[in-house]
Amino acid sequence: MKGALSIRGVSKRYGDTLAVRDVSLEVEPGQFVTLLGPSGCGKTTLLRLVAGFEQPDAGRVWLSGQDVTSLPAHKRPVNTVFQQYALFPHRTVFGNVAFGLEVRGVAKPEIQERVEAALELVRLSGLGARGIGEISGGQKQRVALARALVLEPEVLLLDEPMAALDPKLRQKMQVELKNLQERLGISFLFVTHDQDEALVMADRIAVMSHGRIEQLDGPEELYEKPRTRFVADFLGVANLFRGTVEALRDGIARVRTDSGLALDAAQDGGYRTGEAVWVGVRSERISLSERSSNLLEGTIDDEIFLGDWTDWRVRVGATILSVGEGNVLARARRRGDVVTLSFPPEAVLRLEDQELEA
Amino acid sequence: MRENRREAVGLLLPGLVLLAILFYLPQLLMLSVSLGRRTAYGGVERGFSLANYLRALDPLYLAILGRSVLLAAATTLLCLAVGYPVAYWLARRAPRRWRNALLTLVILPFWTSFLIRMYAWIVLLRSEGVVNLALGALGLPQAELLYNDFAVLLGQLYGELPFMIIPLYVSLEKLEESLLEAAADLGADARRRFTSVIVPQTLPGIAAGCVLVFIPSLGAYLAPDLLGGGKTAYIGNLIQGQFAVARDMPFGAALSFVLSLAVLGLLVAFRRPLAKARAL
Repeated sequence: MKGALSIRGVSKRYGDTLAVRDVSLEVEPGQFVTLLGPSGCGKTTLLRLVAGFEQPDAGRVWLSGQDVTSLPAHKRPVNTVFQQYALFPHRTVFGNVAFGLEVRGVAKPEIQERVEAALELVRLSGLGARGIGEISGGQKQRVALARALVLEPEVLLLDEPMAALDPKLRQKMQVELKNLQERLGISFLFVTHDQDEALVMADRIAVMSHGRIEQLDGPEELYEKPRTRFVADFLGVANLFRGTVEALRDGIARVRTDSGLALDAAQDGGYRTGEAVWVGVRSERISLSERSSNLLEGTIDDEIFLGDWTDWRVRVGATILSVGEGNVLARARRRGDVVTLSFPPEAVLRLEDQELEA
Repeated sequence: MRENRREAVGLLLPGLVLLAILFYLPQLLMLSVSLGRRTAYGGVERGFSLANYLRALDPLYLAILGRSVLLAAATTLLCLAVGYPVAYWLARRAPRRWRNALLTLVILPFWTSFLIRMYAWIVLLRSEGVVNLALGALGLPQAELLYNDFAVLLGQLYGELPFMIIPLYVSLEKLEESLLEAAADLGADARRRFTSVIVPQTLPGIAAGCVLVFIPSLGAYLAPDLLGGGKTAYIGNLIQGQFAVARDMPFGAALSFVLSLAVLGLLVAFRRPLAKARAL
């Protein structure tokens, strides 16, 4: 049970806004769980409720089989890596990492030993005497990590710890952090608004919107099978359509979008004739060279060059679709070209949406 | 570079001229007076003698200087003890929209002359004063509140408190909440957060407040004179007495320089800890 985090029906209200609405989430020992969502979705509030900086209006928080809801932050067996690191400017690197041990009254020689081990863990050996103003952003992040890990928390909470790093360093730190987590076997609850970051590191991702968890899944399932329009949109499904199911035959549903396209969708979406639905197609599932099903003729309206691939904007009737194509081959296409789009029925994702339920 | 220099001269000139006329020149005059001799009718005979300074070092006067340092230190500590919680509340707990109004209340006493406010304290503290009348009405024994060290310290605390609160407020307002959360997260309870984070982080404000209170308190003469009844001599009263009563300007001037040197000496002694605090 050590390292298990259980959030049970937690709600938190700030004035008129419900920041967290009746959220339940289980983190198993040693798991890397990411809270993913846009700013204001409640992910940071949820993390702060676990850390003990905020008190929930309803619900309980359990840690390692113990109800910690009424414990103040300084008594909870969790530690936090803060977004801006919140390192103590009046202490050295060593002093920052030693802080928690000093508070616990650990003997000096043991502090020395454990701080050095923690600094080595985050590859900062030899920088202990530096001031906080004398180290780089990446090093600060490692200090924040060492300061939290040295206390051997049962769950480590991370609040957008990569947000202040430049993209290249961020990628490197993502892999490093994931490896570290696997090696230490500590449960991580990680907050981010960056979908790529979530996909790279997490065992499970909870996508949050308006204080609720919209979907909780592994990275691959989440990417392949987003369940709601919000999740699909947030995870970069560029072609989203509202439409009506026209006909069902041979395991294929014919969906007529409001803009007039006819799409063939695999019937595992559980479509019923005549119902209003939201569907989505990832731009990289649409091919310009193959011809399978869902053949659509269109004209290239615009192009967005993205380095290793190009995002073609193709006009089909009244609709503009986003089509991704790798730039490995010479880019022979240009604006105004007539092209044929094609994608398999499995590429059409059925999405839930509140608007349809209402 | 030349542009910068011209700009610097332009910006500093008015201030420097004012300082030269109103501060450096009088100081030089005082220095020359302090080296002279008092004439029979209170005039000054110019000279070049250190006699006044030697006299200022008499144990009698050194004891007065020592007592003044003690009063200033007590005032500073009291202001810190009273001012810190107030500044903390103002900067971190008071409703944001009320903060400016509350800060104005802190400096509101400055709208009235210090002298008048001292007389107001006399009205409050004297034998038939407001406090004693209230005590009497409640059937409680009367207290000797005026013309003692308690009254002097109270007056000093009252007069200097804003000078402590304002710099403390500034540094407490800058203190980031996330540092306190980090400390709590690492296991520090409220007391530990205060000693290990809040105090070290607000040292610049503490240092500035202490200097702003200590220095004027060292030369205080109004509160000792009016609230202390002149019973206990402090260096400020001594100097004032030399000019106003004893008409011994050379000795008064010498005492002033001794006081200035004492302040300077203390500032130099505390320069290192102050610089360290400011570097944070």
